[in-house]
Amino acid sequence: MTSARAGSAPKAHDGAGLRPGERRLHPVTPFRRAWAPLAVVFGWAVHDPDQTQRQLDRLATTTLLLALAVLVPAAALYGFLSWWFTHFSVTESELRIRTGLLFRRTAHIRLERLQAVDVTQPLLARIAGVAKLRLDVIGVDKKDELAYLGQSEARALRAELLARAAGFAPETAHEVGEAPSRGLLRVPPGMLAVSLALTAATWVTLLAALVVPALLWLATHNLWTVLATALPLLGAAGARSVGRFAAEYDWTVGESPDGLRIDRGLLDRAHETVPPGRVQTVRIVQPVLWRRRDWVRVQLEVAGSSNSVLVPVAPRALAEAVVTRILPGVTVPAALSRPPRRAGRCLPLWWRGHGLAVTETVFAARHGLLGRRLALVPHAKVQSVRLTQGPWARLHGLASVHVDNGAGGTVSARLRDADEAAELLRAQADRSRTGRRAAPPDRWMA
Amino acid sequence: MELGSTAGGTAAENDGAGAGERGAVGEGAPVWRALPPGLLRVRRLVLALWLVPAALAAGLLPGMLAGPGWALFALLPLAALAWGWVLLGRNWRSWRYAERADDLLISRGVLWREETVVPYGRMQLVEVTSGPVERRFGLATVQLHTAAAATDATIPGLVPAEAERLRDHLTRLGEARSAGL
Repeated sequence: MTSARAGSAPKAHDGAGLRPGERRLHPVTPFRRAWAPLAVVFGWAVHDPDQTQRQLDRLATTTLLLALAVLVPAAALYGFLSWWFTHFSVTESELRIRTGLLFRRTAHIRLERLQAVDVTQPLLARIAGVAKLRLDVIGVDKKDELAYLGQSEARALRAELLARAAGFAPETAHEVGEAPSRGLLRVPPGMLAVSLALTAATWVTLLAALVVPALLWLATHNLWTVLATALPLLGAAGARSVGRFAAEYDWTVGESPDGLRIDRGLLDRAHETVPPGRVQTVRIVQPVLWRRRDWVRVQLEVAGSSNSVLVPVAPRALAEAVVTRILPGVTVPAALSRPPRRAGRCLPLWWRGHGLAVTETVFAARHGLLGRRLALVPHAKVQSVRLTQGPWARLHGLASVHVDNGAGGTVSARLRDADEAAELLRAQADRSRTGRRAAPPDRWMA
Repeated sequence: MELGSTAGGTAAENDGAGAGERGAVGEGAPVWRALPPGLLRVRRLVLALWLVPAALAAGLLPGMLAGPGWALFALLPLAALAWGWVLLGRNWRSWRYAERADDLLISRGVLWREETVVPYGRMQLVEVTSGPVERRFGLATVQLHTAAAATDATIPGLVPAEAERLRDHLTRLGEARSAGL
């Protein structure tokens, strides 16, 4: 390819110039990239403080100023060039990102395999009025996100990408615009705060932050040791709950023809879109302290996507209604069958937490004694089915069935009766094979 | 969709025969195929290559240094050899696979049994590998990849001709029944 073009066009033109249809990122981008060289220096300084101190002592003020005078323009130049050489364009079926100053790199992201689109705005980006746009496609790197775009540009681009991915004609894809969204659920801040307070992990870290320093005080009577352990522990406990509160604040789940929309965040805002038919597995989690109020947390598994929470906290009935909208035709099975009593000899006590239900549309398996986790896999998303049986389970006539989904997860129905498991394996293979026929196409509007 | 090999012109010719075979297979119980004995021979050879010298060393060294009675130490590696010999045989016999109308079945393991079902439509890639030792003994391994990383569908120790037949067969069926994620 290069040899064919090298003769006709000069190389510099090939790299720097915008080809037809290509665009650059928002001009604010260089300021974000300019941090990279400074971060390297800073990282080196943190990594080896003694050495840095000695080096700094040896340097005179003039040398320092001189170094800064070189470093800052160099950083600015780097930021500018990396912005100048990053182009993107939307073609009929792909998003193309060309980037790289010395090592040229072109990413072709196929839209029909689009798994999710996220527009995120960290706090600083919100102030500057810009946003990041990321496409989740299997096998795409983290660096293939478009950061930064203007706020309205990011929205328009997301709408266009979704329209193209949905299968609208290329000529009209530009004008289709944002699909209307209908709100399904909004988590009130009070409920989120209570749910975090009712999370055992919060209290465990808090307790550790109080008990460990107290013990250390008794053992050493050294104030500095105590402070050095107490502060990080308290910080971790606080950061965990406060961080989650900030990330999950104002959580809104909406439904649109382009799929599921999640808007969230107190300081950093994120707007996620998961097109229809991309959800591989839904997990309904209930920590033990939430059981009295019957609240649940709903998690998602989407291939190649890092989005994992659908609903941070909601009453069960509401959460199940949302799940029904996400997985069409699925109702969350109410009654699950437990393993036979003799399973207690393989897994004392905990066997009671296990359960299985297979409906026409999903394979649902639950586990956990205190905190309960129910996983739902639509039959159409099952990639392979496995039956395993260890020696001890065989002695008791038990076996486990595992169902693998396309997002790399596995849902297991453990400790079933051996004959039942063999039948389940056979039937599940049939169901997952035929389940695909009823599923919507990849291009959902086509 | 990516597939390890694309079905060539020969695939179309075989299709008629394949369809008839599938029709017969699809109805009743799966027709299981065992592994050829080559794999067992290689594994036993490797076992013997390790344990026979170990037995010699364990017998000769103490026997010469501390008296003939200590030569009985050689029995330990020999017992391990006999035990391993039997285990390898049982493990080899436990491996079997069946090509059904719409999915591939692989069953293996004696104590820890595992049975895997992979619908043809979910295959992303069929891989045939053959390491130096395997090549020396005319063996090849067929591995199926789906979008799920946990799918562990491997058939080791096949005769290369059978491995290639299986690969082409699976590829053809995979293309015909291909489904996305």
